[in-house]
Amino acid sequence: MTVISPNAATTRETHMTAVATAQEGTDIPYALSHLDALESEAVHIVREVAGEFERPVILFSGGKDSIVMLHLALKAFAPASVPFSLLHVDTGHNFPEVLEYRDRVVAAHGLRLHVASVQDYIDRGVLKERPDGTRNPLQTLPLTEKIQSERFDAVFGGGRRDEEKARAKERVFSLRDAFSQWDPRRQRPELWQLYNGRHAPGEHVRVFPLSNWTELDVWQYIAREDIELPEIYFAHEREVFQRSGMWLTAGEWGGPKEGERVEKRLVRYRTVGDMSCTGAVDSDAVTLEQVIAEIAASRLTERGATRADDKLSEAAMEDRKREGYF
Amino acid sequence: MTTTTTTTTTTELSATTLLRFATAGSVDDGKSTLVGRLLHDSKSVLADQLEAVERASASRGQDGPDLALLTDGLRAEREQGITIDVAYRYFATPRRRFILADTPGHVQYTRNMVTGASTAELTVILVDARHGVVEQTRRHAAIAALLRVPHVVLAVNKMDLVDYREPVFAAIAEGFTAYASELGIPEVTAIPISALVGDNVVEPSATMDWYGGPTVLEHLETVPVSHDLAHCHARLPVQYVIRPQTAEHPDYRGYAGQIAAGTFRVGEQVTVLPSGRTTRISGIDLLGRPVDVAWTPQSVTLLLEDDLDVSRGDLIVPGEDAPAITQDIEATVCHVADQPLTVGHRVLLKHGTRTVKAIVKDIPSRLTLDDLSLHAHPERLGANDIGRVRIRTAEPLPVDAYADSRRTGSFILIDPADGTTLTAGMAGESFATPEPVKDGADEGGWDF
Repeated sequence: MTVISPNAATTRETHMTAVATAQEGTDIPYALSHLDALESEAVHIVREVAGEFERPVILFSGGKDSIVMLHLALKAFAPASVPFSLLHVDTGHNFPEVLEYRDRVVAAHGLRLHVASVQDYIDRGVLKERPDGTRNPLQTLPLTEKIQSERFDAVFGGGRRDEEKARAKERVFSLRDAFSQWDPRRQRPELWQLYNGRHAPGEHVRVFPLSNWTELDVWQYIAREDIELPEIYFAHEREVFQRSGMWLTAGEWGGPKEGERVEKRLVRYRTVGDMSCTGAVDSDAVTLEQVIAEIAASRLTERGATRADDKLSEAAMEDRKREGYF
Repeated sequence: MTTTTTTTTTTELSATTLLRFATAGSVDDGKSTLVGRLLHDSKSVLADQLEAVERASASRGQDGPDLALLTDGLRAEREQGITIDVAYRYFATPRRRFILADTPGHVQYTRNMVTGASTAELTVILVDARHGVVEQTRRHAAIAALLRVPHVVLAVNKMDLVDYREPVFAAIAEGFTAYASELGIPEVTAIPISALVGDNVVEPSATMDWYGGPTVLEHLETVPVSHDLAHCHARLPVQYVIRPQTAEHPDYRGYAGQIAAGTFRVGEQVTVLPSGRTTRISGIDLLGRPVDVAWTPQSVTLLLEDDLDVSRGDLIVPGEDAPAITQDIEATVCHVADQPLTVGHRVLLKHGTRTVKAIVKDIPSRLTLDDLSLHAHPERLGANDIGRVRIRTAEPLPVDAYADSRRTGSFILIDPADGTTLTAGMAGESFATPEPVKDGADEGGWDF
């Protein structure tokens, strides 16, 4: 049993007292740290998909959850390569640092990247820009059409049940109909670790290997595994303006408007999504350790702090999920 | 925060273990309030969540924040004031990380309780101190017993409404414990609480000084989560064969899977089922790191000495401890789908990583959970029914008794037409078995 952590000596000591020790002559504790248990569960899920589906794809936004998902897939199949391709739904409002990161990761691991572009849909007149400028709700159509045209049958998402109330009832294997719609009453009970991936032609299954992880788990895992992240997750100076109580990045996408004052602040991002609705938080955390300390002490959930789209209504996420959102 | 404090925080949290537990209670037992209180008092509810609850409570004309609203996820539930599905909650203390399967208590949702209990190491069963053990309580206890949840907590709630009197609690605890031991539940911890006021949930009660035991949270933090693996049968269902076939790894052939039970060691003799071929473990990869020994529930890759034909769906077991291979499975099942299960039903059966065709040969009995009475030959099982079934599979399977191994003694039945998960199965005997176990000689017979 190894517990990889920044302070291994203390960890080992705490750990050994917390668990039973093993059979004759050995001192192997037969328990796992919570990170080991979550990692093992996620790898099991990822391998089930490889074993049961024809064309799986990982939704990869360059956000920390999708980065952790890819890391788990790399570990699950090593020393062989990952038997999945990646899909990025490009809103056209991306942080340049994140796109640069995405392309670098794809190249480093020899992966295949599919892109579904919201801008294309707007240019073709299929989708219309919303008056508030946010493109998050516009991602659903390009995503579902890409899934259909590429005939993906399993689509990995980085969604976590701790993120939002409607996600708390999501299955690990979540069946979607031919229109990608989610029907909470049609979801299959999931018993033991026996996942049911049966689906009709045209249907697909969304798979959430990080279902049981919390935001803090994700950060602790990133620290333990020493996973590189896009720079915007760490404190940096940025020109931002305030809208709906959040610090948004000034840019071509449509901000600031009349009366919104731009200022330079020391901020970082807790989530990475569409620029138009992902807010930065005031922070001076420049290392993973500092980020973890900040999250452990935070009084706000990451969605509450940084996502304008979830504030629309009490059931905003439930409605978007039904329509086929991530 | 200083760097020193930061490191300590990380370290403490990294070293915690994980406890999966479930809650069950009848309507109005205050389960949502208990869960809300656990989350709230363990400081797991953040400001924006609490604000949302306060807003919603105020819009319903309630005085204070209704903690039950923290756990009501879907709009349909909020509108009807009920919980319709298993919801998973997450919280942590410095000692442990918790995954809570919050299951509703309605009669028609037995399947949700079964689902929540299937992965739980502990179940909290709530009763209302004014009503004591009721029909629903007995159902919840029976499900915990059938699913073999190792630890059961009886939370006697609303003690404030019975003036915190010890005799009320003692009588309920005694009655429940007696019933639980009849069911074969090895351990019951009874705790008097008031979820509304907060007595004995996180903080010890100031009023019930006659109670000297742990609070609910203290118990959750200290209950043992590791098992005596030395006495478990080791089992590895093969999920995937890893063959890089690259210049760097031309001959690597690894069998990937999550260890379902027990431990595996390098050098150990193993048998691959169902072929029965025997070899030795030449190496174990623990997600990129070679180890000498690995145990459940680690996800590993086993390397074998001989080049056997091993594929997804096979089971690797120790040479001297292989389960019997059979095409005839007798099991206790919980039917979880709306369409019924009938004798003659052709289904798919998923066991471990193998899915095979199967047919329901017989449904010898259906169990009434309230009084554990058996109804012979019901012909069919409807949604939320628990009963016994005999199944014939198209291929032989290495199935353990559920009593010996929860993970390799369990299976699900799937409708081949629409993919619906029909039934959750637990192989071997249980208290739902119609008559005393015979000498085992009649395996495969349909003479019941």
